[in-house]
Amino acid sequence: MSGGVDSAVAAARAAEAGHDVTGVHLALSANPQSFRTGARGCCTIEDSRDARRAADVIGIPFYVWDLADRFREDVVEDFVAEYEAGRTPNPCLRCNEKIKFAALLDKALALGFDAVCTGHYAKVIVNSDGTRELHRASDMAKDQSYVLGVLDDKQLAHALFPLGDTVTTKDEIRAEAELRGLAVAKKPDSHDICFIADGDTQGFLAKRLGKAEGDIVDESGTKLGTHEGAYGFTIGQRKGLRIGTPAADGKPRYVLDISPVDNTVTVGPAAALDVTALRAIKPRWCGTAPTGPGTYTAQLRAHGGETKVRAELIDGALEVTFTEPVRGVAPGQAIVLYDGTRVVGSATISTTTRATAGVA
Amino acid sequence: MAYLDHAATTPMLPEAVEALAAHLTVTGNASSLHAAGRQARRTVEESRETLAEALGARPSEVVFTSGGTEADNLAVKGLYWSRRDTDPARTRVLASPVEHHAVLDAVHWLGEHEGATVEYLPVDEYGRVHPEALREAITRNPHDVALATVMWANNEIGTIMPTRELAETAAEFGIPLHADAVQAFGQLPVDFAESGLAAMTVSGHKIGGPYGIGALILGRDQAPVPVLHGGGQERQVRSGTLDVPAVASFAVAGRLAAEQREWFAREIGALRDDLIAAVRTAVPDAILGGDPVDRLPANAHFMFPGCEGDSLLLLLDAQGIECSTGSACTAGVAQPSHVLLATGTDPDLARGTLRFSLGHTSTEADVEAVAKAIGPAVERARAAGLS
Repeated sequence: MSGGVDSAVAAARAAEAGHDVTGVHLALSANPQSFRTGARGCCTIEDSRDARRAADVIGIPFYVWDLADRFREDVVEDFVAEYEAGRTPNPCLRCNEKIKFAALLDKALALGFDAVCTGHYAKVIVNSDGTRELHRASDMAKDQSYVLGVLDDKQLAHALFPLGDTVTTKDEIRAEAELRGLAVAKKPDSHDICFIADGDTQGFLAKRLGKAEGDIVDESGTKLGTHEGAYGFTIGQRKGLRIGTPAADGKPRYVLDISPVDNTVTVGPAAALDVTALRAIKPRWCGTAPTGPGTYTAQLRAHGGETKVRAELIDGALEVTFTEPVRGVAPGQAIVLYDGTRVVGSATISTTTRATAGVA
Repeated sequence: MAYLDHAATTPMLPEAVEALAAHLTVTGNASSLHAAGRQARRTVEESRETLAEALGARPSEVVFTSGGTEADNLAVKGLYWSRRDTDPARTRVLASPVEHHAVLDAVHWLGEHEGATVEYLPVDEYGRVHPEALREAITRNPHDVALATVMWANNEIGTIMPTRELAETAAEFGIPLHADAVQAFGQLPVDFAESGLAAMTVSGHKIGGPYGIGALILGRDQAPVPVLHGGGQERQVRSGTLDVPAVASFAVAGRLAAEQREWFAREIGALRDDLIAAVRTAVPDAILGGDPVDRLPANAHFMFPGCEGDSLLLLLDAQGIECSTGSACTAGVAQPSHVLLATGTDPDLARGTLRFSLGHTSTEADVEAVAKAIGPAVERARAAGLS
């Protein structure tokens, strides 16, 4: 229970459904004292109190579990290392894979609990043979199955998402919270990365990685300017490049490539961002791994749209070809494959094939 | 339901409830001069006399406060200020490292904001401060000590301090010793005059009285600087309109606590011994915290190797057994107990604690419930490990 409205309503629904529910708030900061001064993101002391208040109203026990060490090792350090390597990670997926449905789940199972119940918008469908499928939430606008795409069937077997069936707006979840007497009904949503309380990812990275001046070059290698750290850029980024000379054709330039080895950022025209294929590693399957090539829809970022792909598992890596070129695909991001509403699996993008510029 | 957290708070005695309810219907500010005020004042002063008698103190030594925390703050800060005002050299504060946070944090605050040098007295493996340790600390420079504070008995692990010997030692050098006796009152013979203490804290809701009322038993020669300023009630030391119903109820509970103390120590002590034996049978490697003999009769404190105290709490709570880990939380996250760390306990071991504290409503059935549940709970908590 984060202290937000979704997890509070999820807990209330689970308790109402007859489950024996215990509320758990995760303490994820190494230094709990710093919570007191931290800006309003999530995981502050105030959030923990809000969660406890909700648990008291629902009438369930409530505990704070300190998973700060695991979170730092598995999520925060990984996040920094990925950026340092020129990739764009999604820490929420990582947290679901390593913390919520691993460290937390393992402890819960050992203590005699059966499942971890969260306020995610996604559905678990149990087939007649007992196997489980993860599906998009009934309400596509609320769907969060993308960040759960890393769960394997063992993790899914112990996952409960009471909000997944809700076809509703956030306002209606808030109304339900209000009806249930939960004070978090009016609490604002949190969007930012929870361990970067002020929302300044670049500032956070700069503090961790330090300044590392390097060149900004065009596709031919001509130097256009300098930057203060390649990690400060994301593929597809247009703003904040601070290049003095305009492009020959006057068109805007975008970040095409980030090379941590020589600390160089390559920029170029929008068309050069078009990706036709990609390779993704460390696949995780929500069920059995597919054999042979298949046609799927893919989602490449949280709140991103769907796109048609052909994908095949070759030598443990996922080879993906897009029907139509897509833009803004960065190594480090997760690709989640869907068959209709069913989540097939996910993998981490390692390389992309550009329509014009070859492999980046 | 087995309620075994009486050290946190204990059910109010029916007589105390009756006294509280009776006085809630009576109007009167004990500082007023009219008949209603006089009636309220009479209630307060009679209560003061009752409580003084229960504690071996004079009525004028009873200063009512809002509870144990306030009494501790008044004693520690107030005596520090008054002693330093008399002689600016007196800036050293001697404290046991196993104090309740109401003392520990007040002392720490004096160090941060009032120029105090805080010195924590060494304790033995049971958390006990020996008089020689106090003497050693004082004799290094008897002239710069503002006060010393050592609790009468420890709230977590139950160890009883040699309060009289400590007070004697401090008195030799003219240094006031304060003792937090919140847990001792009702369980141990607490006699203020005989103890030789300069100040002593007691609390209402730990002895079957109401919440929000306590007292600092303050020697007549002590004049701490007030923490709360205002109307000058309570010897000019603690301003604020007195809560007459709470005072009356507290006095009733205090009288009963003193009257029933021997019964409590014998009967509840025997029940506690049964509980310790039952836990040791179910979990042979459980380690008893605190002094095995010289401890509060209602306290049973254990360390369970390889367990997280929180996990045990959760599992026992699910079985209807209510107890405590004994240690405080920081931001809701259980921390290893400062008391155990001070006794030199391994930090991992200090995380796996449970404090069972019995009280006047405890029964054989409570002990049986623990005997049945503790083995499986420890097994599960061990499987969950120290995350």
